[in-house]
Parts: sequence; C-alpha cells; structure tokens
Amino acid sequence: MDAAIKASDLTKFYGEICAIDHLAFEVESGEIFGFLGPNGAGKTTTIRILTGVIKPDLGSASIMSYDILKEPLKAKQVMGILPEMANAYIDLTAWQNLMFLGELYGVSATLRHRRAEALLKKFGLYERKGQLVRGFSKGMRQRLLICMALINEPEILFLDEPTGGLDVQSARLIRDMLQELNQSGITIFLTTHNMEEANQLCNRVAIINNGRIIALNRPEKLRAFSKKLQSVEVAFDKPVDSGSLKLPGVVQVKEMGDKVRLYTEDPNSLLLRMVEYAQANGLKFVTLNFLAPSLEDVFVTLTSPQEV
Amino acid sequence: MHDFIDVGLSQQLRRAYAICKKDIRIYYLKSPVIVLGILFPTFMFAAFLVGRDLDPPYLMSSLTTITIFFTSTAVVPLIVPWETRSRTLERLVSSPISIRTMILGDVLASFLFGLLFSLVPLTIGLALGVKILDAPVFLTGIMMASFCFSSLAAVLSTPPTDVPANVMMLSTLVKFPLLFISGVFVPIEKLPSWGVLGASTSPLTYFADLARYSITGVAYYPILLDFAILASFSILFLEASVRLHERNMSKRM
Repeated sequence: MDAAIKASDLTKFYGEICAIDHLAFEVESGEIFGFLGPNGAGKTTTIRILTGVIKPDLGSASIMSYDILKEPLKAKQVMGILPEMANAYIDLTAWQNLMFLGELYGVSATLRHRRAEALLKKFGLYERKGQLVRGFSKGMRQRLLICMALINEPEILFLDEPTGGLDVQSARLIRDMLQELNQSGITIFLTTHNMEEANQLCNRVAIINNGRIIALNRPEKLRAFSKKLQSVEVAFDKPVDSGSLKLPGVVQVKEMGDKVRLYTEDPNSLLLRMVEYAQANGLKFVTLNFLAPSLEDVFVTLTSPQEV
Repeated sequence: MHDFIDVGLSQQLRRAYAICKKDIRIYYLKSPVIVLGILFPTFMFAAFLVGRDLDPPYLMSSLTTITIFFTSTAVVPLIVPWETRSRTLERLVSSPISIRTMILGDVLASFLFGLLFSLVPLTIGLALGVKILDAPVFLTGIMMASFCFSSLAAVLSTPPTDVPANVMMLSTLVKFPLLFISGVFVPIEKLPSWGVLGASTSPLTYFADLARYSITGVAYYPILLDFAILASFSILFLEASVRLHERNMSKRM
C-alpha cells in the first residue's frame, strides 16, 4: 500500500527542550494509526508538524505525497483536522461554522450545503444547526468539530484526543463514526490516552515517550510484547494470604479486590503450581483466568521511567 | 508570496473574503462596536466644535482622519489574541490558507469597518455646510487610508500573546503618539522643522493632507506623493505583519 503519511527524522526543540527527537514512521493509506504516549511525550507537537501548524527544526514529512514544508496548502487541502483543545466559533451557529470551514477549503456552496446537512444529521446535530455554539455541550461541540473536519471530504483525518473528556454516549458515537469513516477509505491518525479505544480502533499503534517512538506495531503484537506482563487471575472460596501465593515463577503479586493477580513469564507452569497450592490448602477455585497483557500494561511498562 | 500564488490567487482571495465575513459576524456586528463607531466621531466633532473658533472644513478633514484611524485600528489587533485564547486559531491555521490570506481577511474586514464609519464625520460635516471640492481624491484617500491603517493594526496584532489587554496597551502606545505627530490637529506648515520631520514618518499625515486638500483646496505635499506614500505604507505594514505572524505563530500554539 502507498504511505499516506511519511515522517522522516522529525525533530523539534522548544528552547533547549527536545520535544520530538528524530521521529520516523509511515502510515499506510486506509489504516487507523494510533499515536499513544503520556502527557508531554510529543504527540501534539508531532500532529502540529504533520498538519503544518508548526515547522520542525529538522526532518521532513509528506501527506499524500505533498511535502508539508514545501507544499503546505496542497497537503492541508487533503486533510481533515481535529486539534486538541480546539473550539468552534461560539458566536456562530453550527451551520455558520460549517459554511465557514467549507469556504476555507474551497468547497462550492452547493456541496457545502449538501455535506453540512448530511454531517449534522449523521452526528445528531441537525436540529440544533441554527443555534449558537455557545450553548452547546462539550460532546456537541466535539461532534461539530468532527463535522467541520469532514466538510472537505478529506483523505486523511488527524484527530488529537477526539473522545477526551466526553460522556460515554458521545465517545461511543465518535468511535463508531471513525470506524465507519475508515471503512469508507479515510486514513485516520489518532492520538488518544484511552488504551481500550486504541486497541479497538487502530490497525497499528506507535508509542512515543520523551519525543521518541519506543514501540510501533499492531496492538495484538504489542500485547504479546512482554512475557513478564502475562498473568493468572485467581479467586478462592476462602480468603488467602496473598504473600503465600508468591510461588516459584511468580514475578509479582497484586491484590485486585477479592481476586489476586499473579504475574509470570511462564503461565503454564504456574497453573500447575496453583492447582497443587489449592489442594495443599484445601481451597476451591472460584475464578481462574489466564490474562494476556492489555495494551495499557504494555504502555505503562514502556513509558515508566525505569524502562527509559 | 509563494504559497499565496501556488494554490491559486483567486482561491486564496475567496478564502480571505470568507475570513472577512467571519470577522464581521463575530467581532464587528456587535452593539458596543457599532455604537463606538458612531458615537466616537460624533462626540469628537462636538468636543472640537462647541465653544471653539475652529474652521469647520479643517475640522472635518481632521476628524475624518481621526475617525478612520481609530475605527480601522480598533478591532484587528485583538482578533488573533482572541482567537488564540478561544482556541479557534489552531483550526484556522491548519486549514489550507496561508498566513497572508488570514491577515488579508482580517484587514479587509477592518477596511470595510473604517470605510463605513468614515460616513459619520462626513455626514456631520456636510450637515454643517462643508463642501467637498475634490470628491474623487477624498474617496480614494479614504479607501487607501482605511486599508493602510488596517494593515498597521495587523502589525499591532503580531505579539504572541493570548491576552487582548496586552495588545491594547501596545496599540495605545503606538496610536496616540502617531496621532499627535501627524499634523492632524495643527497644519503641517505651522509645525517647526523637527515637527515636519516627525510628521513625515506617520501615514496619518498623508491622509490628513489629502483630506485637507479635498475640502479646503490646500495641501502641503503633492497629492500624488500622498497617494504613493499611503500605498507604500500599506505594503510595508501588510508585509511586516505577515512575516511577524509567520515568525510568531508557533509561539502562540
């Protein structure tokens, strides 16, 4: 497949602080690419460079083969963007916001009207199209911002924390829409703190920390990344001292409510020892689950200071 | 200028017009702004006319200059800081428009605002029996001055702050000294040589001269020179604001 986004050696300094450090990656056409990282890792700086809002100190990037530094307007023309902390114009109505954005992208009046109507209906805002955005809830504003990002029918959608701080229904609606948009062929570059969201939506994810990509792979591959993150979750019919469960091969023991999670690199051997332990102590299993690491586990492990 | 031409000049001009319409809707069509545009020149006229022995034609030329200057420079300096603060700027900058297009849109809205409210001193002056001797020069001068002062205001909006009060302070620090050195209140020929030198550095001087010529038939500088200098200042201010905005944009984010 062709690369929709190519970033090569991207580096950006703010004073003496290196926000992103020689980043290089490619996003293929038609994929949902997740960009994960803790606060201050360089996600927003990267997205701002890729969308032409700021310039890198070093390196280059292209969007659908347009160099963002040499042909920024052509590159921007094929993008839809939802910046982090962005706002629609609160003194304009939802409809006026969409018309304005459409004009900025050179969309003809007929198409603007048709698309605005369809988008507002799709995102459940059509009935409120004549209201000033000032009176919109956070979820409604976010949905409107996504409509604004789609008014030019972009080939690539950049979304910086699209579901951050939203209620469950709005977040779910946006996630469903993103999947639908991706199925229609739109490439999506997504930053999120929500690991489950990244796991559900993304074909591939990159984890960035201190301005560097520390992992880039499919979510399932990343989950299998660390053997020591595999665990067995167990609950017995009687309370047990969790210290006594530090059996051979157990790396860590964590109490999780009425259950205990045992981290191990060799879950098969541990299961056998657990059975022996239960028989020896006259215990019956209430729960016994083998757990692969979550994307969140991988993320926390990779981005924790001791791993750097 | 490369970006501007690259994606089509007419496309970028249309997008600048879209920004102009947005600015008018959000920033100009507000009751306080409209009331200011009407009351400010009216009260200035009254303050200078009542109880003073001032020549109405000279007064009209001076107050038209002041009105266009203050109305054209009133709102533009605040737009970019406001948009930074209200978090609409990043969305604007990431759309396919150049900084030049964005600034041109802001300047265009301000130009129209200045043009509209120049009608107030004009109407009052005409009501007082003042006659305009050279209407084409006067109208062309009003348009050029409004554009020039709007471009100056765009320069004042370049400091990378999201606090409108900071820009207001800078704006006041620039605007008032500029007004007082410009031969608006005292005819240039009556200024000392250092005053004439100072006045020659201000764009207001050249519109004040044009306005005086249009109404009284007397000008200090040749009319074509007034036009040429106003045009030069416009280009200078517009270019300076574009470059400063380009340089400072990443600091706003």
